[in-house]
Amino acid sequence: MKYLKFTISLLFTALIFYGLNTKFGSIPPIGKFLNPYTGIWQNETDENITGTVSLDGLKGKVTVHYDAQLIPHVFAENEMDLYKAQGYITAKHRLWQMEFQTYASAGRLSEIIGEAALNFDRQQRRKGMGFGADQAIQKIKEDPETIAFVQAYADGVNSYISQLSPKDFPVEYKLLDYQPEAWTVKKTALLLMYMTKDLAGYDSDLEYTNALRMFGKERFDLLYPDFYDVIDPIIPEETDWSFIDVPIEESPESEMPLDSIAKTLDKPNRDNGSNNWAVSGKKSYSGNPILANDPHLGLNLPSIWFVMQLSTPDHNVFGATLPGALGVISGFNNYISWGETNATRDVLDWYKITFKDDTRKQYKYGNQWRDVSFRVEEIKIKGKATFIDSVLYTHHGPVSYDKNFMGNNKRAGYAMKWAGHIGGNNQKTFLELNKSKDYDDYLNAIKYFTAPAQNFVFASTEGDIAIWVQGKLPNKWKGQGKFLLDGSNPQHDWQSFIPQLYNAHTKNPERGFVSSANQHPVDKSYPFYVFNDGYETYRNRVINNFLNSRDTFNIQDFKDLHNNNYNLKAAELLPYIYETIDTTRLTEEELAIFNTLKSWNFNNDIDEVGPSIWINWWEKLYNLVWDEYKVDDVALNTPFTYQTIHLLKTKGDDPFMDIVGTPEIETAKDLFLISFKEAAKSMTDWKDENGDYNWNAYKSTYIGHLLQALPAFSRFNVPIGGGSNIVNATSKNHGPSWRMIVEMSSPPTAFGIYPGGQSGNPGSKYYDDFIDDWAAGNYHSLNFMQSDAKTSSVIGTLTLISN
Amino acid sequence: MKTKILNFITTLVLAMVFSLFLPWWSVMLAAFITAVLMSLKGAAVFFIPFLSVFAFWTGYAFIKTSANDFTLAKKIAVLLPLDGNVYLLILVTGIVGGLAAGVAGIFGKQSRLLAKM
Repeated sequence: MKYLKFTISLLFTALIFYGLNTKFGSIPPIGKFLNPYTGIWQNETDENITGTVSLDGLKGKVTVHYDAQLIPHVFAENEMDLYKAQGYITAKHRLWQMEFQTYASAGRLSEIIGEAALNFDRQQRRKGMGFGADQAIQKIKEDPETIAFVQAYADGVNSYISQLSPKDFPVEYKLLDYQPEAWTVKKTALLLMYMTKDLAGYDSDLEYTNALRMFGKERFDLLYPDFYDVIDPIIPEETDWSFIDVPIEESPESEMPLDSIAKTLDKPNRDNGSNNWAVSGKKSYSGNPILANDPHLGLNLPSIWFVMQLSTPDHNVFGATLPGALGVISGFNNYISWGETNATRDVLDWYKITFKDDTRKQYKYGNQWRDVSFRVEEIKIKGKATFIDSVLYTHHGPVSYDKNFMGNNKRAGYAMKWAGHIGGNNQKTFLELNKSKDYDDYLNAIKYFTAPAQNFVFASTEGDIAIWVQGKLPNKWKGQGKFLLDGSNPQHDWQSFIPQLYNAHTKNPERGFVSSANQHPVDKSYPFYVFNDGYETYRNRVINNFLNSRDTFNIQDFKDLHNNNYNLKAAELLPYIYETIDTTRLTEEELAIFNTLKSWNFNNDIDEVGPSIWINWWEKLYNLVWDEYKVDDVALNTPFTYQTIHLLKTKGDDPFMDIVGTPEIETAKDLFLISFKEAAKSMTDWKDENGDYNWNAYKSTYIGHLLQALPAFSRFNVPIGGGSNIVNATSKNHGPSWRMIVEMSSPPTAFGIYPGGQSGNPGSKYYDDFIDDWAAGNYHSLNFMQSDAKTSSVIGTLTLISN
Repeated sequence: MKTKILNFITTLVLAMVFSLFLPWWSVMLAAFITAVLMSLKGAAVFFIPFLSVFAFWTGYAFIKTSANDFTLAKKIAVLLPLDGNVYLLILVTGIVGGLAAGVAGIFGKQSRLLAKM
C-alpha cells in the first residue's frame, strides 16, 4: 500500500513538474512563466538608466544620457567605443527584436516557433538570404575599418547578453521558451538583408510572363505600360543627361520562355515605400534648407526604429537607427541631414534553367553545360526533426523554384538573379554619412550602397540640397527583366552595371526643392532602361504640387505635408463617375449613401465616412474590371491602380470592362453602377454589425507586435487618418514608421516621432508611449546635445567603463 | 496546529531561499524537504505547502506589479487569456505555485513514510 501511494504521489509530482515546465502549443511553460522570481513578473519594470556598467574592451569612458523619451545620447571618446556602446545600448532596450529579425531573415523561425514557420523559412533559404549575407560579409571584410566596427558592435551586444540571467530575458523569450544566442557580424549582415528583401525583393516577372502569354503583346502593353501618360519623376524632367556617354545595352534577337507558372513566392508588402523632400534656403522661411523623411513600413511593436544620438570628439549624429545595424540610418549631424525612400527599381530577375538530366548536376549555358553548386540548408524545427533542403545554385543565383519547391518539372527550374546577392558594404554608407560634412562627403558615402536601391535626399548647412537614386543598378536592354529570361542564353545575363556617377540625381535644381515618394525616378529621356515596376503615382504629385504652390515653407508646413490626407486617387476618379453613373437605377437607400459620398472633399480624415465608402466601392469596382484575372493555377498580378483608372476614364468600352460571367456586354458605366450597389449593401451590412463607418472605425489602424500581432502586446484602433497612396500613408497596419523634419540651422533644429516607443519591453511605460502623439500628428522636439555636459532634460545617466 | 504553522513557515523560508538560485521548481523542492522533515496529516499535507507558496507567489507578484502600475500584468492577463484581469493573473500565479508545492508536499510525506518502513 505504501509503495502504491508513494508511486502515485511520485507520478503526480512528475506530471505536475512536466506540465508546468513544458510549452504546449502556444501556451508557455506555465510554472516557469509565472514564477515571480524568474518569470514574467521580473519583466514588470521600467528600464534601469542610471549607474555605472562595465563593458569589456572599452578604451575610454562612455557617457549615455537619457532624455524624457528614453532616447540615449551616447558620448564616446573614439569610434570603436561608440559602436560597442551602440550595440550594448540597443541590446539593452531591443534585444529580443534584433535577434528575432535576424532569425526571420535567415529562415530560422522554425527553431523558435515550430513547424508553422517552415514554409516561410524555406522561402527565405530559397531566396538565398544567407547566401546574400555571406556575400555582404566578404565585401565588408575588404574594409578593415568597417569590419572592426561591426565586430565592436557585436561585442557590445554580447557584453549585454552575458550580463543577463534567465530572469532578465525579455518577456518574449519566456513566452516562446528559448534563450538569446551570441550576436555575430553575420547577424548584422542578415539584418541588412532583411531590409533589402523588404525593399528590393519585389518583382512581377513571372506574373507578367503569364499575362503576356494570356493576352498577347499589344494588350499587355496597354495594361502594363513602361511609362504612364502622366508622370512627375524624382529627377526633374528638364534634367540634361548629355554627360552620359555609356550606351544602353543592345536588345538581343531571341525568344523569351513563355512558361505558365501556377504560384510564386511570397512578396514584400507593395506599400513599402516612403516620402522624402528638402527645400533649398531660397524656399525656406529662414533661409536654411529644411529636410523631411518618413519611411513607410509595416507598423510593428517593438518599432523597426530606435532613435539615438551617437557622438565622438570628431562627429556628432542624431536620428533613427535600425536595431542590429551600426550608426544612424535616417538623421542629421551638425553639417548635413539625409533620409531615404525606396527606389523601387527592378533588380530581381528570373532565369529559366534547363538541367542536362535528372541528376541536375549540370545546366545549359550557351553551347555547353555548366556545373550546378549546392547549398545545403538545414532548417531546425522546434520539437521536430531537422528539415534539409538542398538549394541548387547557378551563376545567376539560387534555383528557387524547382521540383522540390513550387515546381514539378524534373529538368527545369527558375533561378533568381538579385542585386541583394551581389554583396556590398552598405554599412559603410551609413558610417560615412554619419560623419559627412558637405555634399562631396555625402556623395562619397552613398557610392558604397548596393541594394536595396534608395533615393538618398540631402540637405546641408552650406545650403545645398540634392537627391541621388543610389544602388548597384544593372544596365538592362529594353525589356530585360520584365519577363522570365532564358538562363541558357548568355545575352540574357545582366551585361553590365550603370556606372555609379550616371545614376539619376539632381543637385540644387532650379525649382528649389527635391523630393521622392517611390515614383518613377526619371522620364523617358534618361538613357538607361527603366520601366514601371510598381512606381507610386499619387503621393509624389501631392507633394510636388504642395512644394510648387508657394514661395517659402516653414516647419509647420512640413508637418502639415507629412500629415496630408488628400486622396488624389479618389479625386481623379470620383468626379468622372459622378458625371457618368446612372443614378436613376439606385434605390433610395443606395442614393443616400451615394449622396453622402458626393459631399466628401477627398480628405481621408478620421471622422469622414467618404473614405470608407470610397475604398469599399473602389475594391469592388477594381475586382469587376479585372474579373478576367480569376484563373486557377496561373499566378497573375492585376494592373496598377493608376492604369486601371486611366482605362476606366478613357477606354470605358474596352472588352476588359465586360464581366465574363454575364451574357450582357458591360461597359465602365455599367461597372460603376453594379459595383456601387454591391458596395452600398456591404456598407449597410458593416454598419449593422459594427456601427458607424467613419474612416477611423472602418480602417481601424493597428500596430502589431512582431509575433503575429499578439493582441496583448499590440495597439488597436489607433485614431489616425490617411491611407495607401496618400502622403500620410497610414493604412490598416502600414505607414510612416519614422517622421523626421530637420532645419539646417547651426546646430540643426529637428523634430521626429515614430509609432512605438524606445523600449522593447511591453512592461515598460516607454514601450508604446509615442503612439498617441504620432497618430495626432505631433512631433518630439529632438534634443541634439552639443556636449556630454548633463542638462536639465536628462532623466538618467549610464556610464560605461572598461573592466 | 503548531506543526502546521511550523511547516508553513519552513516551506516559505526554504522557498524564498531556493528561489534565489534555482528555477521555478524551487518551491517544489522546498515543499518536499519540509514534508520529509515535519509530517502533517490529512488534507494539510497538501494544503499547508499550497497555502505557503500561494502566499509567497501572490505576495511577491503583487509587489512587483504594483510597483510598475500593473503595466505588464494587464497585458499578460490578455495573453493567457484572463480578460485583462490582473488580480485573476495573480490568483492563477498563486494557484500554479501552490499546486506544485502541494503535490511535492504529498510526495515528501509518502517518501518519509516509505523511508520509515
